[in-house]
Amino acid sequence: MNIGTRKILDRSFTALGVTSIVLMAMALLAVLVPIVNGGIKAVFFQATIEHRKLMYNEFGRGDADELERQIRQAESIREPLFAILANFDAELETMDDVSLKRSYRSKYNQVRNHLHDLLGPLPGDTEPLLLRFQYGKTRWAQAEEVLHDLLFVTKWDSSNPTVMAKKYFVPRVDDFQGTALAPLFAYVETHLDEMLLPQRTFYWGFLTDKALDAHIFGGISAEIRGTFFLAIGAMLFAFPLGVIAAIYFTEYAKDNFLTSMLRSANSTLAGVPSIVFGLFGLAFFINTLKVSESKSVLAGSLTLAIMILPTIIRAAEEAILSVPKTYREASLGLGATKWRTIVTVILPAALPGIMTGGIISLGRAAGETAPIIFTAAVSVGATVGLADVFSQPTPALSWNIYNLASEHEAANEIRHVQYGMVLALISIVLLLNMSAILLRARISKKLKG
Amino acid sequence: MLMTAESHDKSVSMRTNESSSRDIFIPEDRKMVHGGGKAHVVAKNFSIYYGDFEAVKKVNADILSKYVTAIIGPSGCGKSTFLRAINRMNDLIPACHTSGTLMFDGDDIYGKNTDEVLLRKKIGMVFQKPNPFPKSIFDNIAYGPRLHGINDRKTLVEIVEKSLRKAALWDEVSDRLDKNALGLSGGQQQRLCVARALAVEPEILLLDEPTSALDPKSTAKIEDLIEELRGSYTIMIVTHNMQQASRVSDYTMFFYEGVLVEYAPTKQLFTNPKDQMTEDYITGRFS
Repeated sequence: MNIGTRKILDRSFTALGVTSIVLMAMALLAVLVPIVNGGIKAVFFQATIEHRKLMYNEFGRGDADELERQIRQAESIREPLFAILANFDAELETMDDVSLKRSYRSKYNQVRNHLHDLLGPLPGDTEPLLLRFQYGKTRWAQAEEVLHDLLFVTKWDSSNPTVMAKKYFVPRVDDFQGTALAPLFAYVETHLDEMLLPQRTFYWGFLTDKALDAHIFGGISAEIRGTFFLAIGAMLFAFPLGVIAAIYFTEYAKDNFLTSMLRSANSTLAGVPSIVFGLFGLAFFINTLKVSESKSVLAGSLTLAIMILPTIIRAAEEAILSVPKTYREASLGLGATKWRTIVTVILPAALPGIMTGGIISLGRAAGETAPIIFTAAVSVGATVGLADVFSQPTPALSWNIYNLASEHEAANEIRHVQYGMVLALISIVLLLNMSAILLRARISKKLKG
Repeated sequence: MLMTAESHDKSVSMRTNESSSRDIFIPEDRKMVHGGGKAHVVAKNFSIYYGDFEAVKKVNADILSKYVTAIIGPSGCGKSTFLRAINRMNDLIPACHTSGTLMFDGDDIYGKNTDEVLLRKKIGMVFQKPNPFPKSIFDNIAYGPRLHGINDRKTLVEIVEKSLRKAALWDEVSDRLDKNALGLSGGQQQRLCVARALAVEPEILLLDEPTSALDPKSTAKIEDLIEELRGSYTIMIVTHNMQQASRVSDYTMFFYEGVLVEYAPTKQLFTNPKDQMTEDYITGRFS
């Protein structure tokens, strides 16, 4: 091959490599940017007076006097609005035309519903049971959406059957022209921010508060804690077991048929889909062994442990095999027993590799959904304490992300919670992996002197 | 076991591996220095196999206590294998097995009831490449004594100092005993390995090409060290370097293709070899 061709080949390969790396980086950005953007909104947003009321009532957080002042301020703006409502109520009572009255009544109820959504219970409403109806919109961005719904009626233009129906908006005020309710719409539009008093807020409690009313309000502490319990529980089972198995494979197992069978079984296990582990966990740990009545943190941890075991064994095996043979010779040559050599020389030298495998597995255990669906996870549940792990199921980040995205009744209104969970989960996994890298570097440095 | 002159004459035919017995040669100028000169390790028809391959063939020899015995021979002649058999380091190789007997102080090294851990405590070894543990200098030396139950800090400090002094390393490292041993130079590491071996107070010190990975200056220091230790320990050294063998050893064994061709006082072996093969090798006609 002549030098010209060789150079062209070299350059084109470089170009190919750079292109693929750039593509990968772009894909990563495309995934991460929305997650970070959405996740940050869970913590940093324009919060209304309703958010502050909620925080004070549910978590005792905030300055009571300042809140009192703000509530009075907001109430003073809300009063005229309530007066308009009262006027219209009176006007409805005096109406003689029954069908007209009925028609107004139903339209008026929609208005009241939207106002309830915005500001919380209106005068004359019964105190609602669910927390989500006890407060108005806590987030300004959502309040603005509701405001739009209040001001405009959404209609569909399906006059042309060949194309999809088109959405268009009609001012709601048109329905009430000439009644006492007509001034309400302009009033709400101009005074909404004074009624809700939006403020830029850091809601750090998102990470430490329990969820309120199925994640409509509150934070994700139960999920974070559940995820930690599950992942650490899985490590407690899998790590010692995996390291012992790796020691057996590398130091004690004879090179025979049984050993190679065990090894290939281990490799196969590493490739089994995680949902299969989930079903296995249900069938074996809960139904057969009965480690708990039903779903529990323990059952979930055991299932996750089985799932990450092959990875840990592999990593530990590699790490032990990469310890120089000379260490072994030196130790044995001094009259150390095999076991002593393993414990005092080989394991310390293999530790960085073993730890890396362990922590990467920990990250995986934290992120897996399928194995815990049947064994540990519930969508809404109490925060579990250490004493509950043997009997109680737990919410967990991975499972609740799925749940909020697909099954939650108010999925659309709490996207920020879902994004917040995703960001929290990614951060936890990234932190674990980073700490693995740092730990490895630190131990390696110590070993190298 | 003593050897007769007559059997020595058979050596050429024996090299073809037809004959089974080969008696050792007792050097004429053997002197009982330092109370040494007793047969410390005795090989009788001792063979080592890797699977079916006979790597060391029916060796008969007495290794004399408190002398330095060098083992020379071309690559692959079985000299390292023989050395490593003495403290059973070959056990690490699954396919390795032996026949004949190898005695240490009257006990069969490969006997059924022999505790190889105890054996290795008495027969220390230093390897081709310096192999300190990735621990502090102190912990490296203290590793052996700790293995054998010495945990008292004061005793350990004494042992560490004594061993490092014996290995002529004390002056260089006494102020940084807590530093990682891998930070030492190659030559220092190798002397550390000698000190580590000495710390368990062995009777025999096996050196497997201890200077092959070192520069000339460090090599000289190791050779000085062997000179220092002569008379206190039975030392066996495998070396590729014939000058080294002639400098440091009292006796020399010449192996060729697994056969112990000649075993004689070093001076005699290098100046007046009895065997044509030996002469060819030491004069550099083959290697």
